[in-house]
Formats: sequence, C-alpha cells, structure tokens
Amino acid sequence: MTSGSAVAMGLRKYWPLIGLTLLLVLIVAIAALTGSTQLQRTVAEGLIKLIIVIGLYIFIGNSGVLSFGSITYMMIGAYGTAWFTMMPNFKKLSLPGLPEFVIEMQVDPMVGMALAAGLAAVVALVTGAMVMRMNGIAASIATFAVLAMFYTIYNNWERVTYGMSSIIGLKMYVNMYVCLGYALVALLLAFLYQISRFGLALRAAREDEIAARAFGVNVYAQRIIAFTLSGFLIGAAGVLHGHFLGILTVAAFYIPITFITLAMLVIGGQNSLSGAVIGAIVITTVIEVFRILEKGVEIGGAMIQAPLGIQEILLGIVMLLILVFRPTGIMRGREIPWPFGARAAAADVPAR
Amino acid sequence: MTIVLQIAIDAISLGSLYALTALGIGLIFGILRLINFAHGDFITIGAFALIVPSAAVVASPFIGAWPFWALIPAIILIVIVLALAAERIAFRPLRGANPATLLIASFAVSYVLQHVILLIYTGRPKSVDIGGGLTEHIALGELRVPVIQIVTIAVSVALLVGLAVFMRRTTFGVQMRAAAEDFHMARLLGVRANTVIALAFGISGLLAGVVSLIYISQTGMLSFRMSLQLVMVAFIATVIGGMGSLVGAAVGGFVVGIASVALQAVLPEDAALMRDAFIFGFVILVLMIRPQGLIITRAARQRV
Repeated sequence: MTSGSAVAMGLRKYWPLIGLTLLLVLIVAIAALTGSTQLQRTVAEGLIKLIIVIGLYIFIGNSGVLSFGSITYMMIGAYGTAWFTMMPNFKKLSLPGLPEFVIEMQVDPMVGMALAAGLAAVVALVTGAMVMRMNGIAASIATFAVLAMFYTIYNNWERVTYGMSSIIGLKMYVNMYVCLGYALVALLLAFLYQISRFGLALRAAREDEIAARAFGVNVYAQRIIAFTLSGFLIGAAGVLHGHFLGILTVAAFYIPITFITLAMLVIGGQNSLSGAVIGAIVITTVIEVFRILEKGVEIGGAMIQAPLGIQEILLGIVMLLILVFRPTGIMRGREIPWPFGARAAAADVPAR
Repeated sequence: MTIVLQIAIDAISLGSLYALTALGIGLIFGILRLINFAHGDFITIGAFALIVPSAAVVASPFIGAWPFWALIPAIILIVIVLALAAERIAFRPLRGANPATLLIASFAVSYVLQHVILLIYTGRPKSVDIGGGLTEHIALGELRVPVIQIVTIAVSVALLVGLAVFMRRTTFGVQMRAAAEDFHMARLLGVRANTVIALAFGISGLLAGVVSLIYISQTGMLSFRMSLQLVMVAFIATVIGGMGSLVGAAVGGFVVGIASVALQAVLPEDAALMRDAFIFGFVILVLMIRPQGLIITRAARQRV
C-alpha cells in the first residue's frame, strides 16, 4: 500500500468528523458574514442544543437505550458554574446553603467549565451506576425518575439553588464562536469514542446484547462509561447555556428541552453521529423559519404573516411528517458519505 | 385512629386516580410498545371541553353547564374520538417503528395538542365548577369524608372490575390480552391488528375521559399543562407495576398514590416540599430491586 492511499484511507475513516466540522464552520461563517445579531444568537443557541444532542447520541445512539433524564446533567452543569464562578458576596447572601469553601471560591470561567462539567459527569456516573442495572425500557423510565427527582430538589432547595427564583449575573462570555469551539470539541470526543473499542463494544451490545456478552463485553460497564461521557458533554452545554443567557431558572431544565433535544436526535437518526448533527441543524432551522414567518415576511410586496401561536403547532406537525416518512431518521443511521470515488470501498466507520 | 383512616381514604382515592391514568397508558404500551405521552393531553382536552372555546379571562361553561346525564357521556365521547383520531393520524403510519420513534411521535402529538389549547384558550389558568354537591363532606362516625373521594373510589373500582371482566370474558378482551402478550403471534392466529389497536385507544380514551372528569371536579382548575404531573406519575406507576401488565399498571398506580399520601403525612414540613423527590427516589429503588416491576408478565421475563 502506497503512503498516498494510506492518507486517503485515513481521510475516509475520519471523513464524517471532517465533513461535519466543515459543515458547522460553514454555518457559523455564513452567520458571521450576514452580520445579523439575531441570526448569530440563534446559531449560538442552536450550537448549545447541538452539544446536548451529541451528548445524548453518545449514550442513546451507541447503546440503543433511551434516556429521558439527561437534561439533569445540563442543570447540574449550569448550576455548578454559578456556584464556582460567581462572586462570594452574592453567594453569601443568596445561596448561603452552599459549603463554606464553595462560597469563598471564585474561579475563572474556563476552570468553572471544567469543574461544573466534571460535577455533572460524577453525578452521571453515580446515577448511571444505579440506573444501568435495569434493562431497556425500565432503564429509560428510571432516567426519567432521576430527572424528576433532581428537578424537584433544585426547585425547592432555596438555600443552594435560589429555588424557583432566577439566579442573575453569570458572566456572559459565551458567544457564537465560543459555542462553535465547544461544539467541535464535542464532535471530536463523540467521534473518537464511537471508533474506540469502548464505542464498538457498546454498539455490539446494542445490536445483540447476548452475543456481545458471550464475546466478553461487560455491557453494564460499557453503558456506564457512555453515560458518564454523555453527562460530561451535556453538563458542559449547561455551563454554556448559563453563561450565554447570564440567568438561570430551574424551570428551563425540564420537559420542553428534553423533548426538543430528543426530537432532534431521533429525527436526524439516532444511530449515527451525522444523524445527531443533521437533526439539530434541521430542527433549529425549521423553528427559526417559523419564528420569522410569525413575525411576517415581505415577498414581492405582499406581507405574509403566520398567525401568532401557530409556530409550535406547525413544528409538531413537521416533526410527525418527518417521522412518518423516515421512521429511522433523516440519515437512516448512516454517516455522511465519502464524496469522492466509489462508496462501496469507503472505510466504513461502524455505520449501523 | 380517625387520622389514620382519613389518610387511608385520601391515599386510596389518589391511588385510584393514578391507577386509572396508568391503565390508560399501560394498555397502549402493552400492545404497541408506545409510551403515549399524549395521554395527558387527552385528559386536558376532556377538561377544556367543559368551557366555551375562547380566550376570555373568565371561563363560561359550555358542556360543563349540561345536566350530568348528558355531560358525562359527552366528555367521554370527545376524548374517545380524540384518542382514536390520534391513533389513525399519527400512530398508525408509524406502526412497527422502534420505541424511540414512537415516543417522539407521541411527544409531537402532545406538543401539537398543547399548543392548540394555548392558541384557543390562552395559557391563563381558568376555573370551572362541575362538582356541585361533590365538594361537600359526609360524616361517617367521627370521620368527615368528601363525597368526591367516595365517588372517585367507587367509579375506579367499578371501572377496574368492568375492565377485568371485559378482558377475561369477551372475545375482544381475550384478543387484546393475546396481542399484549405477543402481538406478532396474535396476528398470525387471526387477531385483527387495526381492530385491537383501535379498541385499545378507545378504552384508553374512555379512561382518560373519566380521569379528566374526576380530576376537574376535585381541583376545578384548568391549564394547558394541568395533567403533566398526573401523567408522569402514571408512567412511573406502569413501570413499577411491570410494563405490559395491566394488573401491574393498576397496582403501580395504587402503590404510588398511597406512597405519596403516606410521605405527605410522615415527612416534616420542610421536607414535604421535596415529597416528589422522595417518590421518584423510591421508584428508582423499587426498580433496582425489581427491574422487571412488581408483576412480571411471561413475555417480559428475560430468558438469558
């Protein structure tokens, strides 16, 4: 084999990663060129959701077990960064229930990111170790119970989370470019995980759990590894969310966001990384188009305006239609195809 | 002693509401492997049908003003039609899709229904009173029991018994149980898929209609997310009971209801706010000890 073809082989193997990276960079470049602040905010929010969807994909896509509860780790990440990066004076007044050393500390946003996402990962590890003892649908519902439990606690733990009131004043350092940076890191981690032996073992268990066990795969351990990594990324998305809006409310971390991010994953196609990314992009675009339509658009002198409140109804219908026509998602479980030469020879990253 | 009895009646009444909701969800899950998130919205729409569709702040009763003999069948019928329509439009084209797809589809149906309600009625909570004499108390010795609780328990028991008889004694019932056990095999033996599934959605709609009537005569409050909590608890109940088992769903509903009321009574004031956290923690614990649920169906038992 010549060195040239080795490079081509390598390129093919990593093509899904390269292609998706280019796609995200392209979207951000276009948003930057238009100079529209509104569009850039939308892209930033979309990228944060994308990180959640990638996080969901790492567990759900590779294991085949649904998790309804992963937004828990987003909430833990978001509140974590508030605990670690806000001013001690504020915390002394508003969050007196925190441990003394947390009240006193005030770290740099980057360190805060690492600590908060790490905290989310630790909680994911512990809860995952409990939940993954169960199988299939019971595990899914148990993750949901985890979300409901943490949501209730955060909503009522006045002295530590400010309860139902909002925490205001997180440093707003997150913009579209910061989101892009983290999204690319998430993409890289997810891709490396999926081609690693851990990812392959988990995918084998997804296809046939009994056979995988017979080949020595410890399904329980593999699921926990994926769940922890997934919790880490989703926690990071929570941190970004907090520093993007500058304000935190517990109510933001419950059913609606769970629904929309899961919908992105399933509509894109839960069995491939490309599906996760494409799903997030398509749904974000659809939402944005309806939002613009609701405000009113002028086409050829005529004002077209959708009635208020119809946006969500249309979104629901569009999602149903996509599911009806593509029950396995837009990407049907495949990665984006190698654009040059014969497809059959593509160095296939485990696609389905 | 009186207090314990009082709490027991509270617990059974809440438990039976949960059991009815859980049964509505469990019935569909057993046959289709569909976790129907839209079930809560069936309940909500049944309740909203009581008032005139408008954005007005003060709700004026519509069906809610009818006499009882017309009101009850009207609401139940509306919810049944809605459930059948959801099956025909959204779920039938997806038959055989994987559970994740089905779940997201039911999420989408729920999303659409909620926003239709928002569009017509706005998000403002409204009140409606159909309780009439039901809010009064009757005295049983030293015990003062709200009439509505007795009605709730009586209706639930009647429905549960009726459903059990239907499932065991009628051809359709036997077909439904067969389909829940092994849908593929049942079809090979001549069970008609469309009939059985439509029937399941019909019964599920009937249960949702009854729940919306009971729930609304207890609370009197309407809001577009009113049944979220109810339906989440019911999910949990179906899992605790053992997914796919109807008896399990009902038992799970009672267990969760009784646990909630007991915790409310036992926990100190501060911790009572966190009651739901304890309940969900308790659920995780039950699932860890019995991952298959309390009542395990033959089909659900793992062989390896």
